[in-house]
Amino acid sequence: MLSRTADSIYWLSRYIERAENTARIIDAASRLAALPAGYGGSTNEWESALLSTGSLTAFEQQYDVASAENVVEFLVFSGANPSSIKSCLEVARANARAVRTALTIEMWETINTAWLELRSHSSRGLDLGRLSDFLRFVKQMSLTFDGSVYRTMLRNDAYYFSRIGVYIERADATARIIDVKYHVLLPPGAQVGGSLDYFQWSSILRSVSALTAYHWVYRQNLKPWLVADLLILNSEMPRSIAACYENITRYLDLLARDYGRQGPCQRLSRATSSKLESANITEVFQSGLHEFLADLIDANNRLGATITEQYLV
Amino acid sequence: MVAKAFDEMTAFGSDIRSGYEFVNAWLAATPPELLRQRQHEAELLFRRIGITFNVYGDAEGEERLIPFDIIPRVLTRPEWDRLSKGLTQRVTALNMFLKDVYSKAECLKAGIIPEELVYRNPYFRPEMQGLSLPHDIYVMIAGIDIVRVDAETFYVLEDNARTPSGVSYMLENREVMLRLFPDLFAKHRIAPVENYADELLNTLKSVAPRSASADPTVAVLTPGPFNSAFYEHSFLADKLGAELVEGRDLYVRENTLYMRTTEGPKRVDVVYRRVDDDFIDPLSFRPDSVLGVPGLMSAYRAGNLTLANAVGTGVSDDKAVYSYMPEIIKFFTGEEAILKNVPTYRCREPDALKYVLENIEELVVKEVDGSGGYGMLVGPKSDKATCAAFREKVRAHPEKFIAQPTLALSTCPTFVEEGVAPRHVDLRPYVLSGADGVRTVPGGLTRVALKDGSLVVNSSQGGGTKDTWVVDPPVLPTSQAKIKTPVVSAAPAKEIDHTQQTQSQS
Repeated sequence: MLSRTADSIYWLSRYIERAENTARIIDAASRLAALPAGYGGSTNEWESALLSTGSLTAFEQQYDVASAENVVEFLVFSGANPSSIKSCLEVARANARAVRTALTIEMWETINTAWLELRSHSSRGLDLGRLSDFLRFVKQMSLTFDGSVYRTMLRNDAYYFSRIGVYIERADATARIIDVKYHVLLPPGAQVGGSLDYFQWSSILRSVSALTAYHWVYRQNLKPWLVADLLILNSEMPRSIAACYENITRYLDLLARDYGRQGPCQRLSRATSSKLESANITEVFQSGLHEFLADLIDANNRLGATITEQYLV
Repeated sequence: MVAKAFDEMTAFGSDIRSGYEFVNAWLAATPPELLRQRQHEAELLFRRIGITFNVYGDAEGEERLIPFDIIPRVLTRPEWDRLSKGLTQRVTALNMFLKDVYSKAECLKAGIIPEELVYRNPYFRPEMQGLSLPHDIYVMIAGIDIVRVDAETFYVLEDNARTPSGVSYMLENREVMLRLFPDLFAKHRIAPVENYADELLNTLKSVAPRSASADPTVAVLTPGPFNSAFYEHSFLADKLGAELVEGRDLYVRENTLYMRTTEGPKRVDVVYRRVDDDFIDPLSFRPDSVLGVPGLMSAYRAGNLTLANAVGTGVSDDKAVYSYMPEIIKFFTGEEAILKNVPTYRCREPDALKYVLENIEELVVKEVDGSGGYGMLVGPKSDKATCAAFREKVRAHPEKFIAQPTLALSTCPTFVEEGVAPRHVDLRPYVLSGADGVRTVPGGLTRVALKDGSLVVNSSQGGGTKDTWVVDPPVLPTSQAKIKTPVVSAAPAKEIDHTQQTQSQS
């Protein structure tokens, strides 16, 4: 297929995934911001949301205070924020239009409908009381899009690029979410009895919709190192970095098989995969959780750039 | 007649009580149309989540919604702290009482409570005598019904020590309020309740049998999807990460309980059971029960299984035993009860019976083992014929009844057809008892009688629920320190400027 078409499909998928991640991060931040100080609501959760979405610097150029209203406006509507939900949907739609024929009708309609609906929301009109409805709409859109990709797309290279886009974006988001909160995540065996950080941990899980999953996997109350384990190393958890890399590796291999050629992407992806497979959470904490995540984010960015070089330009 | 009720927002007059100022200001600033809209949204949320209950014998309304009122009920931190202390004391005493009646029976020997009230109690289980439970805990989960009559006085109306329900409403009501009114939560210090399920899991694991593995397996036993509280059973199992099992999923072999799984039998150590004693084991109790597990009691008696709550806890929460609770608390803890009982006439005592028969129009008369607001007479709200009929029932079986003065239950502002109006409320906080002590979460289920003047808050009788907020006094804002996290770089973006791209393609 054309590199340009592959590029559009890849980024389209990334931006839809990003819109959903931003919606989850806002949702989790608004819950944590609703807690009284002393239950974990003491730090500025809205600033954490900006950090998790990688948009704090851009935000500070526009606003003085990280208040709920300002942050929501910036993360949801701001045209000045290239990762705002609105910007994400606009880029996604622009890419979808560019390669309209490479998409199925269901995929196109999902994006176009969401884009039309978003235009009817004006930034000033969204009070915080309506926020959760709006975030639900964003998540719903992403679920519908994912479902239409899964159920209607041919299983060929176009599909592989769309999956790779989703998982590269997701690995990045999960790593950032954990990294912003790494200071509340303690190593195995740490004394956590009656810790007020409970609500911080549950918020991390909520921002990747994994609170219920946590209980099903570990069948015990929240332990910070298990939260880290679930989101980094547990490949059963579809938003864990390990699961993302399992998938990235798989779809890159399918590309290599179809094209009859391996390249630097496949090597980079396999290296990260095997690093995640062989790691255990105790060692991760020993070598430094933040350093581990910083390396992952870095490797993920490098892989993204390499995919672009190898296939998309 | 019923005395004028204490209103939790305005006391007996029109001054706004401390703690309610923000509710008053919020109600004053919010037009009724907006409240109505929010009320509607709340109903949609409950429908979507699927928090419905089944009404027995009502084919039409198979899945009904418990009405939810969007105006929160507020308790100040000092009020809650006093309640919490009283609840802890009371549940501690309940557990000690149960341990005692099933072992040395010292409280009976000391004459604290008449023997026949225990030994002839339909909920007394001789199977429990001489059985030693882990950490001597019988009631792991209690729901204590509290009513309020003035600024200072909270009464315990009823103890629920068997399978208290409603905690899912406490949790889901909060979820819905968080969605509808995030700004109220952001501006006021409202204590969270969402850690209840985590505390419950801790509690259940802490009382696992000694023969269990280091990481005991917990399961929630439900009678099945036709039970009125099935939603709650599935909700709790999900929050606990425990299997939701029915009787047919379980079996007992060599005094050990197993569940049938795709990987073969798996031992179960702790069962949070939402099935009554009578139905739990057809070999020991009702032989016609299909909800239970044959042989469950043998595993229990062999010490290979913990049931939460224990079998036979009903002996501590019936309404006749209730009237002795102040003495029971004193006997076991050596302290005066922090939470008072409603003054109660025990019809089994001749003087009390005489008083009740003469004054039945003024009293609330209850069956000692009734629940759900059934089998109950509210004298001042009933006509002469009903009172007369009830008088005869009491005369025929006085030991089956107790009577209490008609309490002027406190009221809270509630959003009804006509607008915001006071309605009577009660409160059911939940109390957990595990190996490491007794715990409460700040809040509980507030039930509200939606009909004007009605005192019956039961959901089966037209009652609704409210979210309960334990609110700390506001603190002066301190400057918010910047959090010390390394600034992560901006998310990688597609290199093409999207604004240009949009333009070029439109």
